[in-house]
Amino acid sequence: MVYLLRRTVFYVLTAIIALSINFFIPRLMPGNPIDSLLARFSGRVTPRTLASLNALFGLQHHEGLWGQYFAYWRALLHGNLGISFTYFPTAVSHVIGASLPWTLVLVGLCTVLSFIVGTAVGCIVGWKPGSFLDNLLPLTTFFSSIPYFWLGLIALFVFSGLLHWLPVSGAYDSSVSIGWTWSFIASALDHAILPAATLVISTISFWLLRMRNMMVTTLGEDYILLAEAKGLSRMRIMAMYGARNAILPNIASFAMALGFVVTGSILLEVVFSYPGIGFVLYQAVSNEDYPLMQGIFLVVTLVVLLANFLADFCYILLDPRARDEA
Amino acid sequence: MSAISGGAAPVPVGTRVGSKKRYAAARQSRDRFVRFWRRLTQSRKTFAGLVILLIFLLIALFGPWIDSQSPSAMSGAVLQGPSTAHWLGTTQTGQDVAAQLLDGTRFTLLVSFGAAAVATVIALIIGIGGGYLGGIGGEVLSMLSNCFLVIPALPLVIVLAGYLPNKGGISLILVLALTGWAWGARILRAQTLSLRRRDFVLAARVAGERSWRILFSEILPHVMPIAASGFVFTVIFAIVTQSSLAFLGLGDVTTWSWGTMLYWAQNNSALGLGAWWWFVPPGLCIGLVGMALALINFGIDDFVNPRLRVTDLRRRGRRAARLSVAEVLAPHASDSAVVEAVGK
Repeated sequence: MVYLLRRTVFYVLTAIIALSINFFIPRLMPGNPIDSLLARFSGRVTPRTLASLNALFGLQHHEGLWGQYFAYWRALLHGNLGISFTYFPTAVSHVIGASLPWTLVLVGLCTVLSFIVGTAVGCIVGWKPGSFLDNLLPLTTFFSSIPYFWLGLIALFVFSGLLHWLPVSGAYDSSVSIGWTWSFIASALDHAILPAATLVISTISFWLLRMRNMMVTTLGEDYILLAEAKGLSRMRIMAMYGARNAILPNIASFAMALGFVVTGSILLEVVFSYPGIGFVLYQAVSNEDYPLMQGIFLVVTLVVLLANFLADFCYILLDPRARDEA
Repeated sequence: MSAISGGAAPVPVGTRVGSKKRYAAARQSRDRFVRFWRRLTQSRKTFAGLVILLIFLLIALFGPWIDSQSPSAMSGAVLQGPSTAHWLGTTQTGQDVAAQLLDGTRFTLLVSFGAAAVATVIALIIGIGGGYLGGIGGEVLSMLSNCFLVIPALPLVIVLAGYLPNKGGISLILVLALTGWAWGARILRAQTLSLRRRDFVLAARVAGERSWRILFSEILPHVMPIAASGFVFTVIFAIVTQSSLAFLGLGDVTTWSWGTMLYWAQNNSALGLGAWWWFVPPGLCIGLVGMALALINFGIDDFVNPRLRVTDLRRRGRRAARLSVAEVLAPHASDSAVVEAVGK
């Protein structure tokens, strides 16, 4: 319980720091680009929007830094992220709300899938170090080293360009409407296969290598020797004695993995024109839409923090030592 | 590579130590280095990694001399496949892909190694400083690195780069270093925490050595392999992130790097035109350098991670196993992807 409380405090503090970074970036950079952006849109922005943009990006030069800081927090707590200039005059929160579900489903499912498969294979490879499978490891490091977006480009080139098996872009066919109908789900799946496969292939080696390594370490422990001496079946030793202990660091390192997955998926969405948050971020960047850029940074950070918190929670459920630490 | 070998190099010993002791200490650290290097080159995987990296470093140095064509020069030969005139074909404007690849190697590697060097220095200061000092200051530093570890790097880099008026190499290095130091700081802190309780550090303290001297001559040499591993890891991060930024058009699109090549290929729809020779080579190079670095990290891990070796020894009987069995088993049992286990 104390552990959980400590982690909660940590994540809240991290969120505050991240949001503060978000506050300071536009103010510390030389020449505030928001000024020029606003000049371009002058006359088309209502006074109320102007006030909120002022609070978010610090155009009120007459106010002190502290005053600006509090105005920024007030705006955030009201869920006000300003307006997007790319999708003028839609609110940033609305744009993000429309694109976030696509990313959450795609990245979420792929991460879980990659974790399960990678951990399972790592467990088997680690059980017999030096076997045939073990020699395939350098190959997986190659796949983990290449940027996801490049692998996506290749996949697109081969499966859509040359073979015409799968669609080139988008998340669903424009002829079907969104809803819980078979045609929509089939179309969405059809469009998700390539990005999902790319994501899984690129991320799997991270889990695989770590699990293999921990498995090798765990198999040297005395309790494995004892289990062998007791004459337990090999499956039982591998799953209940080896894997059960070896899996803990994998869960604990979720934080780092998730950062990479989010990073990679942003670019994957650009490659596949998948209408998730990464694609919107790309459009925001190309159009110098600073409110949208910062809004996305904020939301992505909060989602990653939340996912990490859930991973920590799982860790407590699985590891009695973390529970008993109090 | 030079950074790794430099990593375990002897650390100057201060004047207060007698010459005999100084000699012994110097020899000890040289032995450490020799052991480190021998173990690195012993594994076939690590050796392969070192060779691949060396080839790319040579290309970065001498690239423009290998292929004398200018990477930006346009010609009438548009979108041609690989041939003897153009080893890797041409772009939509008749530029030579091979020349771009060779020229881009320098900027890509320079920025990545530069960013990793800056990030490693930050990680050393915050990791070792925080780990050794302890107390509230140490907690704050640890909190800071954990924060930066959780905040997703690329969105932050994108926002930072989006505001930067000057997108040259130096600012790119600083942005990458600022977002890439946290991992190294965390593993260094964990190692320092365990070191500061060891006997030799306690002895140095009791002997009345000053803190900075303990840090530099007792702790620093022992965390160097971990710092080297963190450095290699950060280079991979920097290459991929840098290419991602360039691919999004957030870098300087007039400087040739592997990422810029991918940016132009994507913007001129090389994919739709079927010009695979345009977008395959840069990605392949990124992957190869990344793989080489990961393989080198296997070797460093092998040296660093005592847990794996200790368990081997315990299983086969401690004394007899000391040298022979450990050496035989090492290639199988102890290459791993992540150093983190040390700190846990």
